[in-house]
Amino acid sequence: MDRTAGRAISRRDLLKAGGAIVVSFAFPLSPGDALAQTTPVAGGRPVDAGEVDGLLAIHADGSVTLYTSKVDVGTGIRIALAQMAAEELGVSPSRVAVVEGDTATCPDQGGTGGSTGLIRGGTEIRAAAATARRALLQMGAAQLNRPVADLTIADGEVRPRAGGAGVAIGSLIGDRRFSLKVDRNAPLTPPSQHAAIGKALLRPDVPAKCTGRHVYVQDFTLPGMLHGRIVRPPSMGAKLMSFDESSVRGIPDVRVVRVEDFLAVVAKDEWAAVRAATALKVSWNEQAALPGHEELDRFSRSAPLERDQEILNRGNAADVARRAPKTLSATYFWPFQSHASLGPSCAVADVRADGTATVWSASQGTHGLRANLSKVFGIPLEKLRVVFLDGSGSYGTNGTDHVAADALLLSKTVGQPVRVQWMRHDEHGWDPKGPQQLLDVRAALDSDGRIVAWETDMWVPNAAPGARALLSAEAAGLQQEHGTGSGAITQNGDPPYAVDNVRVVAHLIKDTPLQLSNLRAPGKIANVFAVEGFTDEIAAAERVDAVAFRLARLSDPRAVEAIRRTADAFKWDTRPSPNPRPRQGNVLVGRGIAYMRYKQMENYVAIAMEVAVNAASGQIQVRRVTCAHDCGLVVNPDGLRNQVEGCIVQTLSRALHEEVKFDRSRVTSVDWTTYPILRFPEAPAVDVILIDRPEEPLVGAGEAATAPVAAALANAVFDAAGVRLRTVPFTPLRVKAALAKV
Amino acid sequence: MPRYAFRLNGQPVSVDSWDPAQPLLYALRGPLALHGPKFGCGLGQCGACTVLVDKTATRSCQLPVSRAAGRDITTLEGLGTPEKPDAVQAAFIAEQAAQCGYCTNGMIMAAKALLARTPKPTVDQIKQALDGNLCRCGTHTRIVRAIQRASLAASERSDSGRQV
Repeated sequence: MDRTAGRAISRRDLLKAGGAIVVSFAFPLSPGDALAQTTPVAGGRPVDAGEVDGLLAIHADGSVTLYTSKVDVGTGIRIALAQMAAEELGVSPSRVAVVEGDTATCPDQGGTGGSTGLIRGGTEIRAAAATARRALLQMGAAQLNRPVADLTIADGEVRPRAGGAGVAIGSLIGDRRFSLKVDRNAPLTPPSQHAAIGKALLRPDVPAKCTGRHVYVQDFTLPGMLHGRIVRPPSMGAKLMSFDESSVRGIPDVRVVRVEDFLAVVAKDEWAAVRAATALKVSWNEQAALPGHEELDRFSRSAPLERDQEILNRGNAADVARRAPKTLSATYFWPFQSHASLGPSCAVADVRADGTATVWSASQGTHGLRANLSKVFGIPLEKLRVVFLDGSGSYGTNGTDHVAADALLLSKTVGQPVRVQWMRHDEHGWDPKGPQQLLDVRAALDSDGRIVAWETDMWVPNAAPGARALLSAEAAGLQQEHGTGSGAITQNGDPPYAVDNVRVVAHLIKDTPLQLSNLRAPGKIANVFAVEGFTDEIAAAERVDAVAFRLARLSDPRAVEAIRRTADAFKWDTRPSPNPRPRQGNVLVGRGIAYMRYKQMENYVAIAMEVAVNAASGQIQVRRVTCAHDCGLVVNPDGLRNQVEGCIVQTLSRALHEEVKFDRSRVTSVDWTTYPILRFPEAPAVDVILIDRPEEPLVGAGEAATAPVAAALANAVFDAAGVRLRTVPFTPLRVKAALAKV
Repeated sequence: MPRYAFRLNGQPVSVDSWDPAQPLLYALRGPLALHGPKFGCGLGQCGACTVLVDKTATRSCQLPVSRAAGRDITTLEGLGTPEKPDAVQAAFIAEQAAQCGYCTNGMIMAAKALLARTPKPTVDQIKQALDGNLCRCGTHTRIVRAIQRASLAASERSDSGRQV
């Protein structure tokens, strides 16, 4: 096949009628060609994470630039990565710049998710810096005519340990290449000598963000750029019947763009695009195929399954439970939730006549997005560049990838650079959602109150490999091989406590009503809610204090320390739940705790909180939260604290308020009134205790503290009011309904 | 096309708009090329677009450009620079009271208006003043601390006799 002819936009298929562009067939698919890859090189540097030069460059003035696919979505990894590299290169972190997520210059270290920014990104960069350090010491040894063993690297120079003249690293390597593979075993600076790691350095982007100078993708413009707005269908899978172009007459310089069921407007003026998208009269053929959010738990239990997956089977839980003198069981449910990013997703795309294309995007995975866009839109990989710019916080995969496809499709169609920003209803309505999860948990106890068997059955959406289907491509009728997925959602379904017989089974639901994505602590958030809520139920049934109950079943000293330090700082009052004297004025007061080890192999987190429940209104006020957090080595304690605080407060919002509402056709929670989130008057004091373990590997912190929040909250509510909340969100209506049953 | 003149960060400016109902936000971010005020919802629900109109915190997504005419508009850019931030901006930087920072504009502008009318707010007053400003990253505790810090810094300055 003729490669260029096959892939070029077929202008003859553009039917221009008035201001409208209607494309019936535009982008033939040639996936094999689009993925053909050559070894890319940027400015003489290999774009290869296995090469030192791929991840860093040391300039003649001794300053350093890092290149990474890990991006800072408000998490503070920009400064943390600089600290990790600076530590090994013997420079001040202020001398280290970080280029993030530009597919032309940054090697692919994977997308930014699952707290891998530092786990993988930081660790690989640090290894590259340590490899460079070793090379610089050798170069310095030759220059200074001293053995390597006599030399050290500090303040930007290689110098004798004993003192005396050194040589600047900028003069040793100064923008030349190391031409070295990253040695993952290159010796690292020992913790006792850390100069950059462990310091609470300020994030470099905060001053610009606080003064309106930071350029977010929402702020980025190009000469000749048009503003696009997408006219999404009113409901999932609706077919576009017709539109009335005369309905946008009078709005200046607007064009309507239709590609099959994809409908959009472009205009020179952003407000004109907004107005036109609203004013455009469209006729859709809608479907009514969704279960509705009120039926979602029943749907989850009864929907056709792809298969059952045994996650864990230790001992013989079912048999032991059958013979046990005492069993307990409960059902927990977590609804669909939205990223609900504060800023609607935005992207700018510039598809040129020469076949090259650049997309500016806040995607958490620009390399993955580039590969997907390349395949779907038939733009050869080497001609497509995706450049990361900061966006609104995204916590997984909000609308960024979709809006990038929107902008690309529009730019390719109109032949000009196009900026698309979603409207609020687009973001709430169409961002891929965190999945619903239904869990049945059962425990069997012997006559001494030991948990002898534990069974978890979870109903969760099935995952299929491949990128998420892009909304605009789907509407435009472009072929796309796509997957579905929402992350590793079956982890932490087992208790972290000593139990001999445990079985966890995931019932994987074949189809999902709404498109899914990873959303902060995917799966773990609901599984820990169920496991730790149910653990609390067992402790209460046994009339044992919740802290003592957990400590009696843990042997890992890091787990024990996390719980002890949380309880101590919280001033935990040891007694069984519920609180025998909860009443304070017109509210009921109680405290709860939850603990988990993230993915059963990463962070140790314990969270305690105090709540006041207003029995009349059903409102829960969280008064204070204490959290001990152990993620191994701490790179930047203030950045880490910020992340942990954010995990906790955001998850209180998710637990108290958040549920995507939808009817038979469409998402109906499309703004901040219908999808409320936590407000300032509800924000509690949060006390974070960092347990720094410099000798242990770091395990990241973007997600872990999210997981125990809902259980700690439900456990505190039980302590206060004697009612057990097993369905999120804990709305006043649900609280009152639970209280009415007591 | 009608032209609307107002003061923006101390300077007289004018913008042309085809639609008198065009929200001020689009004029600020478009022809006036400012980045401080952000589009968050366009519904007056989140506060990301907040500017000061004659010192009152105002949702620029809800204020028609025609009604901004003749007014005194201050945006985040008008307070200070990264090198010379104003007292509230400096307090936000010192407390690292941002994650993604998309809501920060609204938080700082709301704090400016609060501190102008209540120089020494309690924590509850701060939280009430920010009730209409949403933060999705969960930076609430730091934002409250930053406003307390700004208030304290201002009162220390006035206590020592210097100008606030």
